Amino acid sequence: MSTDTEVSSQAQALEERIAKLEEKNGNLTMALLSGDFDKAMGAFIIANGALAMGKEVSIFVTFWGLDVIKKPSFSTAGRGFLEKMVLWMRPKGPGKLPTSKMNFAGIGPKLFNFMMKQKNVEGLGSLITMSQEFGVKIIACQMSMDLMGIKKEDLIDGVEVGGVAAFLSESYKSNTTLFI
Amino acid sequence: MATNLDFKGLACPMPIMKTAMAFKKAASGDVFEIVSDDPGFEPDITAWCSETGNPLNGITKDGNLIIATITKK
Repeated sequence: MSTDTEVSSQAQALEERIAKLEEKNGNLTMALLSGDFDKAMGAFIIANGALAMGKEVSIFVTFWGLDVIKKPSFSTAGRGFLEKMVLWMRPKGPGKLPTSKMNFAGIGPKLFNFMMKQKNVEGLGSLITMSQEFGVKIIACQMSMDLMGIKKEDLIDGVEVGGVAAFLSESYKSNTTLFI
Repeated sequence: MATNLDFKGLACPMPIMKTAMAFKKAASGDVFEIVSDDPGFEPDITAWCSETGNPLNGITKDGNLIIATITKK
């Protein structure tokens, strides 16, 4: 049997828990698996929008997504034969990415970049730089990096390295998580 | 006096990015008149204001131009 004071303190505790559950921070977490130019554009436009709204944004970059945050050139010295082959075959950085549709062996992205310039749409490289100036947290997937022989120095500056738990921890703290 | 920000010719997401940059440097109570010819600017700036809590004083249209007046909270 509960007394009135016990009931009211339980009600208060419940109200506090509901208030905490209903609290929205608007923070955004993304998993960027794709290395396609158009999908990376989408990811960084959404990221910049959320940053402009004053929200915290984390992007977990894994597998082909790593192509997006590679430096335009780096030495592959000291890496195994298969690693070297993969690094040689994959594009390096936002200027070299293929499009998911109409790639036409690399002509597609050039066409889109030309049309973007005509229509004054910000380029992917500059969207990435801007998101970093606004304080985006980019976490590169350790396992994918190890698998393909990618080192932290091969990636743009300001990138952290982490695993699935780092991504999930960011995701649990956000109201929105997108997989791209 | 409202500060005029001319974002004509800029495509999404640049108008709200540049707005956010200008508001970062501004003081509370500063008024901005933002001009854009991006057709998506009206819903975008309305959402930006409601999300950031900076009051949107009004939106006017002049041909293809959209002019938003916002006070920094």
